[in-house]
Amino acid sequence: MQPTTLDTTEVTIPVSGLTCASCVGHIRQALEEQPGVTAANVDLVTREAKVAFHASDTSVEILVDAIRGRGYGAELPAPGASLADEQAAQELAQAEEYNDLRRKAIVTGVLGAGAMLLSMPLMSERSHTTHGGGDPILGPLMDLIEPPVRSAMPWLYSLEPSVLKWTLLLVTIAVVGWAGRQFYTRAWTAFRHRTADMNTLIAVGTGAAFLYSVAATVAPDFFVRNGVPAEVYYEAVAMIIALVLAGNALESRARGKTSEALKKMLLLQPAQARVLRDGTELDIPAGDVRSGEVVLVRPGERIPVDGIVMEGRSAVDESMLTGEPVPLQKEVGDQVIGGALNRLGSLRYRATTVGAASTLSQIVKLMREAQASRAPMQKLADRISAVFVPIVISIAIATFVAWLLLAPEAGLVRALSAAVAVLIIACPCAVGLAVPTAVTVAIGRGAQAGVLFKGGEALEKLHEVDTILLDKTGTITQGRPSVTHVVPAGGFLEETVLATAAAVERLSEHPLAEAVVAAADQSALILSPAEDFDAAPGLGASATVDGRRVLIGNQRLMESQGIDATALLPKAEEFSAAGATPVFVAIDGTAAGVIAITDPIKPTSAAAIGKLRAKGLRVVMLTGDRRTTALAVARSAGIEEVIAGVLPEGKVAEVKRLQQEGRRVAMVGDGVNDAPALAQADAGLSMASGSDIASEASDVTLMRSDLEAAVSAIDLSHRTFRVMKQNLAWAFLYNVIGIPVAAGALYAAFGLLLTPVLASAAMALSSFSVVSNSLRLRR
Amino acid sequence: MLEILILLAGIAAVALVNWYFFMAPRTAVAAATSAAGRQEVTIRVEGGYTPSVIRAKRGKPLRLIFDRREKSPCSDEIVISEFGVRRFLKPFEKTVIDVTPAQAGAFEFTCGMSMLRGQIQVEG
Repeated sequence: MQPTTLDTTEVTIPVSGLTCASCVGHIRQALEEQPGVTAANVDLVTREAKVAFHASDTSVEILVDAIRGRGYGAELPAPGASLADEQAAQELAQAEEYNDLRRKAIVTGVLGAGAMLLSMPLMSERSHTTHGGGDPILGPLMDLIEPPVRSAMPWLYSLEPSVLKWTLLLVTIAVVGWAGRQFYTRAWTAFRHRTADMNTLIAVGTGAAFLYSVAATVAPDFFVRNGVPAEVYYEAVAMIIALVLAGNALESRARGKTSEALKKMLLLQPAQARVLRDGTELDIPAGDVRSGEVVLVRPGERIPVDGIVMEGRSAVDESMLTGEPVPLQKEVGDQVIGGALNRLGSLRYRATTVGAASTLSQIVKLMREAQASRAPMQKLADRISAVFVPIVISIAIATFVAWLLLAPEAGLVRALSAAVAVLIIACPCAVGLAVPTAVTVAIGRGAQAGVLFKGGEALEKLHEVDTILLDKTGTITQGRPSVTHVVPAGGFLEETVLATAAAVERLSEHPLAEAVVAAADQSALILSPAEDFDAAPGLGASATVDGRRVLIGNQRLMESQGIDATALLPKAEEFSAAGATPVFVAIDGTAAGVIAITDPIKPTSAAAIGKLRAKGLRVVMLTGDRRTTALAVARSAGIEEVIAGVLPEGKVAEVKRLQQEGRRVAMVGDGVNDAPALAQADAGLSMASGSDIASEASDVTLMRSDLEAAVSAIDLSHRTFRVMKQNLAWAFLYNVIGIPVAAGALYAAFGLLLTPVLASAAMALSSFSVVSNSLRLRR
Repeated sequence: MLEILILLAGIAAVALVNWYFFMAPRTAVAAATSAAGRQEVTIRVEGGYTPSVIRAKRGKPLRLIFDRREKSPCSDEIVISEFGVRRFLKPFEKTVIDVTPAQAGAFEFTCGMSMLRGQIQVEG
């Protein structure tokens, strides 16, 4: 979708169900009937409808529905494209806003400085001893520059005060009417909707000071008659507007940076893809690649869509998607992810998932949903934001009244100045930005490290965890078990044991079974067909091979079937102690042998577990394996606590048991088999498998199956929580201290008073500092 | 005497401010149901949301059309946490958000900084 003129947008909608030329007319009519559509064209050959419309009157979704309403099929343009489009529009709006604010801030700053000069000769008129209305910043500054100004521009001091005032009025009208107008118009729209925001405070604050000054300029005699000094504060109005605009500009730019990670993700998918169609190579938009199509990638190019390698070999850098720092060697049969960078070789691969189902689209979708979520900490901020502005206005009124009543000698000007300072210093934006900016930045940072949080709540929950359960197979170990030893019992041959076991295991889906079959394949054994296959979950399997009943499984299976395996037990113990899983084979009721299967520990596991323990977490390994094997693996991985022999459904019970002990439990496992336990845990971390990355059960998806990712997730959750707390504390304290000080709470005791200009400087910095603090999470 | 007048005026002003902003009547608007069984409502985004309270039925698709009539950055994002929605609203354009409320209850929608707010009341 692209804007064609200022107010028309053009979109191309894929249409299906076109059977004849009259269909074209029907669809065109349906589209043209929609309000806002200026032109519609339907192409029978390309099966596309091109529609020009006013985006203010309708939208693509409505147009798609209009076509569907006539009984034809219509699809929304690719979601990736529309996301990128939306992101681009948002960036453009933010950039425009920033440039506009910056220009206004600079021009207003210059005009404000001019106003300060012009008001210098008026200083002696003021009722206060120092300049700038007693402003702690502006006052001394003006005291400092006044003598040189006086000697450089003596003519300024010979001008009539009324001339100066009228000139100042004109300058300030320019400032208020041009740069400051946005505050007044937005405050007015909000007021009509009976809401109030930051604009309301600035508008009322500067408006009061401006109107007072105007009145003092137009009718000074009236003021003098009533014993009120006819002073003007134009320079303060201009400087406040300049400072607030500068603060808004800084905040706007910083806010744009919070979603930088998402922007980078969206840019990962290349615009073009090279595909093989009817034997010729074609460059087509990446969004048009269909599932099953052959895609060609050259060195240095990004992989356009997900797929499986058919030809070639190359190192592929997936770091932007999974956080995996080392490029991975990809060969025939390996998966490639759309968005990854192909480094050295050329690849030819078959596209698998495209469009919304692709890994990159899922990551972006998860990120957006996560950034839309509310962290529980936000609730407090929300309650305060909702009542903030009306309460501040009430405090300002109370301040004004209190000054008049308690310090009548200070006069109307002092009361007004304090009330305006209250309005200006109050910063609702800092409260509103405290938590959401931290969540947005953290979600983005996580995604870049291959850690996808479901949302703010997941970040908060993970930070509270004190116990972490790690599934052994696939989490601590590589999850790719292989046969290391085959030991036959007396009277059996090694080949017979392996071939018979493999014949049965060929029918099983257990990961250990695959290892047995692979070992038989490697030895080029010929496998007989197996019949009457029966699997006993958590125990093993049985089947009939060449007329003989074969049992294969753990010691418990042998015992339950009354098979005497005592001769094999010492060997089995030896395997277990080395961290291998012993699998027993029985043929026709006699123990035939034991096979040792090892699942090596991932190279990064031990170091990652060390880091988890260094954080003070209680690390527990959870496995269905026998105790000896589990202990051996745990020892090499650096884990002291092991829960072994757990059946798949027992994992949930173990999580519950720890929770009942009062522990906050995180569980790391795979998103499919461990789903119930992940859901039960206070925080579930699933390791992504294949292209399905959004496990319903988990709070965090780890894009690489590496425990270092879990360490990053926990680190990030702690850092984010700290930043959220700092932000909220800063935003609250700033207002809780700033507002009373501006109101004059410290005046009686210390003579300390904040004036409106100083208040505006503080306000400009407070929301900017909250966003900047959140941006620290990018590192 | 003057002091009492000032005090009373101050109290009256505070009361007026709080009445005006907090006691605002919020009229709920029920989403219209189309022939296809979809509920639809257009919400004007300008200094707030009009209407700010939407009534909808549970289990039926609900189309929210946000019609943003301003450039003020305060309203540039719409967040409906319950449905995992955070969308940028282009100025002076309509943005369609389709959701299907699965549960009855009151769900807030807010701007990106939760200053502006509205509510979807889902009836069972």
